[in-house]
Amino acid sequence: MKNRSLVSIDDFSTEEILRILDLTEEFEKEPNRKLLEGKVIATLFFEPSTRTRLSFESAINRLGGKIVGFADASNSSVSKGETLNDTIRTVSNYCDLIVMRHPIEGSARFASEVSSVPIINAGDGANQHPSQTLLDLYSIRKTQGKLDNLNIFMVGDLKYGRTVHSLVMAMSRWNATFNFISPEELKMPDEFKLYLDNLGLKYYEHNDFTDIISRADIIYMTRVQKERFSDPIEYEKVKNVYVLRNSMLKNTKPDMRILHPLPRVNEIHPDVDSNPKAYYFEQALNGVYTRQAILCSLLGIK
Amino acid sequence: MKESKQMSVSAIQNGTVIDHVPASSLFKVIQILGLDRIDNQITFGTNLESKKLGRKAIIKITGVYFEDEDINRIALVAPDAKLNIIRDYEVVEKKVVEVPDNIVGIAKCMNPKCITNFESVTTRFRVVSKKNVALKCHYCEKITTQENMQII
Repeated sequence: MKNRSLVSIDDFSTEEILRILDLTEEFEKEPNRKLLEGKVIATLFFEPSTRTRLSFESAINRLGGKIVGFADASNSSVSKGETLNDTIRTVSNYCDLIVMRHPIEGSARFASEVSSVPIINAGDGANQHPSQTLLDLYSIRKTQGKLDNLNIFMVGDLKYGRTVHSLVMAMSRWNATFNFISPEELKMPDEFKLYLDNLGLKYYEHNDFTDIISRADIIYMTRVQKERFSDPIEYEKVKNVYVLRNSMLKNTKPDMRILHPLPRVNEIHPDVDSNPKAYYFEQALNGVYTRQAILCSLLGIK
Repeated sequence: MKESKQMSVSAIQNGTVIDHVPASSLFKVIQILGLDRIDNQITFGTNLESKKLGRKAIIKITGVYFEDEDINRIALVAPDAKLNIIRDYEVVEKKVVEVPDNIVGIAKCMNPKCITNFESVTTRFRVVSKKNVALKCHYCEKITTQENMQII
């Protein structure tokens, strides 16, 4: 994987994904190693994202790498009207790898074509965020002991949520069954359902939580954002329907785990946090190890 | 009186005739094939009657023979186009266009948030459906359908 970029989860074969997950396991055991000593990594956040940036920077710091970059495009040459092409060509002279987040879709693919060093896409608009997908896969494999034949429940905004789209595509490699729980306005788009149809994978759509969540191996929660609704009354009607509460988890499988890409607002009641089935904060920690594995793979160190 | 077969656009001795171009696509075909930038003699007729297309256009280019790869580039705007290869006033070969697997730099991505609509990036698409042409953007990964297709 040396000198390759990671723009979309589809850039990696199943074997390569599994290799990253195995490497993540290594980093989880021993996250503080001087593997990136002497390396300079640029973190270019054209759009602010505290969580993803800190996770990458923590991963780099724990491996002894140095960081250059910016957390907000308004302090950079971009505000002077520099093109992405010029920014990337320039910065790739200064560093060994670029981690970038950008609001424009396809920006990371374009950057990977003009950059002389590998690019890690840390989110390009509503398009892709592959390190999130890899850390989700890692969290699923770690908690379930496998990736095959799992029953994945996805809840909330399934229309705009790029993390759920990428996860559906990724988990379809391991014969998953999907249950989609969302308001009518935020249903899983047809293109993903068509994709599953073509693979012969099963999926079921629901408008609310029912006792069927007792069948779930993973419940993947997402935020239902008010601004997605054209009619504010529709939001008021559904906003409490997609809230997960501790009382609802009684009949769920003992090994079931709840994931959430975070930040959470109110879709998981705080009374769930103390339940051992709540896994979202550990999931965020897994993100650091996953990013260490990705960085070292693309730099050819591991 | 015998019904004379009057040609709307005069015959050529050697070259290529592109027939069955939708009249509305004539100038797009000219643009895609770069016919506005060559020195060869070109005659064309447009708004000609056609049973199949309603109004069609025809282009005759003297002394030029196209590679299949080049000619398939017009498939997006003239899927029914037929080519006659002319040598010494005779049709020596007929060709039809085929929608290629990849489209580079002809169509515009319909996603307003795509990088290709912000910076000078040559558009690239994978053709995901050939019948009702659908293009998947190499950059933003969104689909542009035939109804929404704009030729650059």
